[in-house]
Amino acid sequence: MAEMMFWEAVRRAHDEEMARDPLVIAMGEDIGVAGGTYKATQGLWDKYGPERVIDTPISENGFTGLGIGASFLGVRPIIEIMSVNFAWLAMDQIFNTAAKVRYMSGGQLEAPVVIRSPGGCAHQLGAQHSARMEKVFMGVAGLRVVTPSNPRQAYGLIKSAVRCNDPVFINEHELMYNMKGEVPDGEYFHPLEGSEVAREGKDVTLFGYNVSVHWCLQAAEILSKQHGIEAEVVDLYSLSPLDRKGIVESVSKTHRAVIAEEAEPAVGVGAEVMAILNEECFFELDAAPVRVSAANVPVPYNHGLEKAAIPNAKDVVEAVLSLYGR
Amino acid sequence: MNNADKKRLLREMLFARRFEERCYEAYVERKIGGFLHLYPGQEACCFGVMEAARPGHDYVITGYRDHVHAIKCGADPKEVMAELYGKETGSSKGRGGSMHIFDVKHRFMGGYALVGGPFPLAAGMAKAIKLKGGDEIAICFLGDAANNQGTFHEALNMASVWKLPVLYVCENNLYGIGTRIDRSTAVTDQYKRVAAYDIPAAQVDGQDIETVYEAAKVAVEHVRSGKGPYFLELMTYRYRGHSMSDSNAYRSKDEEKEWANRDPIYILRDRLIEAGELSEDEYKAMDKTIIDEIENEVIKFAEESPEPPVEELEKYVLAENDPWVHGGVK
Repeated sequence: MAEMMFWEAVRRAHDEEMARDPLVIAMGEDIGVAGGTYKATQGLWDKYGPERVIDTPISENGFTGLGIGASFLGVRPIIEIMSVNFAWLAMDQIFNTAAKVRYMSGGQLEAPVVIRSPGGCAHQLGAQHSARMEKVFMGVAGLRVVTPSNPRQAYGLIKSAVRCNDPVFINEHELMYNMKGEVPDGEYFHPLEGSEVAREGKDVTLFGYNVSVHWCLQAAEILSKQHGIEAEVVDLYSLSPLDRKGIVESVSKTHRAVIAEEAEPAVGVGAEVMAILNEECFFELDAAPVRVSAANVPVPYNHGLEKAAIPNAKDVVEAVLSLYGR
Repeated sequence: MNNADKKRLLREMLFARRFEERCYEAYVERKIGGFLHLYPGQEACCFGVMEAARPGHDYVITGYRDHVHAIKCGADPKEVMAELYGKETGSSKGRGGSMHIFDVKHRFMGGYALVGGPFPLAAGMAKAIKLKGGDEIAICFLGDAANNQGTFHEALNMASVWKLPVLYVCENNLYGIGTRIDRSTAVTDQYKRVAAYDIPAAQVDGQDIETVYEAAKVAVEHVRSGKGPYFLELMTYRYRGHSMSDSNAYRSKDEEKEWANRDPIYILRDRLIEAGELSEDEYKAMDKTIIDEIENEVIKFAEESPEPPVEELEKYVLAENDPWVHGGVK
């Protein structure tokens, strides 16, 4: 196990898959000569050339559609959308083509593209650069949605996504590229479905994904040390499909649940997990589940307002204490 | 194009015409549901271009007015009709419908219902051809109104800057749904618009299949020889409404009559008759054979085919048994 930064893990996955298969290509804005805004493709342009590491024009719907069209003929594009906010422009091709083409062709055609994009709030970027769009992607049939919380997952999810025959959207976070973590020395393929127990506990389950896993882990430490509550942290790295079985297993043990998400609450991951708990294990619950979500506002620029809009570990702790009436 | 080719093409176009007219009847009988967009009037566009290309070898993609393009690429008309009937034997197993005919084994890569959606998909197929080193080209057939979408500009720009082997065919039938081109589009000559992307382009009569063929030969040769994209604008007219729900109230009877006098099938038929290659009786016999074939084989197949099983509702949403979903083969 070597420790590496998140961006290095992403880059390593690209490099290995591109070395293995000449039909794996990378494309996106500034990913080639410039090496990528978050260095995720640094050095690959020199190594694989401009035909396979493609600096695209700023035409999100166009180049996403182009990657999807190439995938019809067996090419495996890894498309980087520089910021998830720009993915709104590519929704037509992602939803209307990539997610539906297998079904509407009766299984004749598939679009095995990987679309990576960082989202989330990253310190005063303002309303149009702070979107959290995972809930938008996970609501559409035919598309897989995964979201890594650490370098190991970032590496292993790309490795599996490139080889999987479904379109996969990988939701990354702008603040996590310099995060360090251990990544296996040998090739590692992370499952695209399921969930991981990031910390075991018996009293309450904290569900997180991507950045909110870290709030949950911090909260679990505080709860253990200051309040004598042992929280289990479940990392929902797969948002579509959600791991019904894993969600139910953990809550059937702890009987309490808090879901932490950086996004606004409506139609989100928290809402979906709560629905699953209702459907699958309502009578296992000792308290009504609670969501920790962002305020329902366009993200403000002002530092203090932005901080107030986005939840953190302290909010998770308070949500857990509320389950105990404390 | 020799006389034998012309006679074959006349038969193919007439088959397409009768096929579409039979779809109309089946729609009225409520055998076909959803939206139905028919091709009569525009036949010379598809058949003229594809005569210059290699059907089944080159990759073809189009919009929702797609039945005829699929058939010209090699799709079995029986399967296309069964698709319109929503049957399991349909080209997309009844999951697609009229707007989503696919026949990937003949490299007909589909009909798509978002206006302008195929522009970047065609460029992507061309990118794949280039990466794989094949001699195929990608051909994208769309209407004039699609050119007002952003995808037109985004895709043509990329196709040009990367010199992709893609032929964009614009079937300019003068209307975007029910809005006449000069009321929606600042530059009505579509071939002029691609000058902005430094793509060679031509505009020709889309009603005369020989004219289309000659122009398409130049276009296909350009693209196949590695010189990059080409844009071919074909001036044409659809004889029916945009879709079945369209009353055609936005067009004048005079205009319709003028274009009806330039029917691509009659232009070719009359030319063959004048040249002594075809008689009126032969033409009528050909027509009767086609109508019988559509009734006795195509419609019969669609009528008698089974419905898709409801138990398979969720089939084709995702890949089946993909090992990488679980982290690969252990």
